[in-house]
Amino acid sequence: MKVEVPKEQLVYARILWYGSIVSIVAITAAYIVYITGILPHYIELTNTPIGWEWLRLVMYGDFLNLLLLTFLSFLTIVCYLAIIPLLVAKKDFIYFVIALVEVLVLLLAASGLIVAGH
Amino acid sequence: MDLTALWWFWILLLFIFTFLLGILAVMAGVGGGVLFTPIVGSFFPFHLDFVRGAGLFVALTGSLAAGPGLLRRGLANLRLAMPMALIASTSSIAGALVGLAMSTNIVQVFLGLAIIFIVFVMLRAKKAEFSVVEKPDKLSQVLKISGLYYEESSNELVEWKVHRTWQTMILFVLIGFIAGMFVLGAGWANVPVLNLVMGTPLKIAAGTSKFLLSITDTSAAFVYLTSGSVLALITIPSVLGIMLGSFIGVRLLANSSALCWCEELAKRAWDMGVKYES
Repeated sequence: MKVEVPKEQLVYARILWYGSIVSIVAITAAYIVYITGILPHYIELTNTPIGWEWLRLVMYGDFLNLLLLTFLSFLTIVCYLAIIPLLVAKKDFIYFVIALVEVLVLLLAASGLIVAGH
Repeated sequence: MDLTALWWFWILLLFIFTFLLGILAVMAGVGGGVLFTPIVGSFFPFHLDFVRGAGLFVALTGSLAAGPGLLRRGLANLRLAMPMALIASTSSIAGALVGLAMSTNIVQVFLGLAIIFIVFVMLRAKKAEFSVVEKPDKLSQVLKISGLYYEESSNELVEWKVHRTWQTMILFVLIGFIAGMFVLGAGWANVPVLNLVMGTPLKIAAGTSKFLLSITDTSAAFVYLTSGSVLALITIPSVLGIMLGSFIGVRLLANSSALCWCEELAKRAWDMGVKYES
């Protein structure tokens, strides 16, 4: 017995699947590069920069790993962007707005404007 | 003996622990942060700020890995998840800001209290494998939140609908805030709210809760990534462990009951909460 799943749900699942597989492979490789010392470590030298400043430091093993974590974190935004045209095609106005606002909220969080610490 | 010198031992242990956690977390519909943060914070030689950062990514990546299998099988419902995710992800940003602004000592005390409260919720909440919803409410009808899933253990199709949608939405504001503040994920609250308040069948509640975390934790993850609170050395093995464990967890969820795991998780978390508070 098979359950019929809406198209947007399947599209979302497919992107998440490929994104996860690619991420696992890439993160494993980057971590090996990091712990074997093929790329130098930054964290031992000084404190971690705030905001997205650390993107300038991806030549260091630890920040290369953070870059891949960032890629994983953006997967949800990519999935939402992929289903927005499908929601428009279905004239599903409410979910179109929900998806759009969710993308904006996530982009706001990703913007680095919201930074706190102690 | 200097335990921190055996860094590879701790990393290997972290990987094994998160792999097993990944399997359990899917079945309970939780992210895993509720166990990861207290256990790793207590027994591993890492600073709590970095453990919380890693805990958030454990919850996020575990749910990202579980998401495809849950969505394809109809065990997670996108129409149910999207409105709740929007509410929770917005409030989790506010929670993350408050959590990061507080001193570690205060966070530890509140974390202990929060975990004890969570355990109380998990132990006291009655769970309904198949909820009875006589009539769906207006809002759920407008949002077309309903569905059908294949129950592999009994070989039948189960139709479900929901009620008390706006009440559930209000609860998700609170859930999102606490999740962002303590980086505990929110599965502990998602499942009872979706199951008991909204009337979603337990499997759908657990599956949708797990998937929801992939959206709600994303916003808090960005806050942590830009706050210098993520340490690759401990976060990456945790992420790899939970993702691989989650793939197995999804297969097990399709075939078995999610009920027993919640209680087991609650018992473990209780011990951790008492330890933090003291």
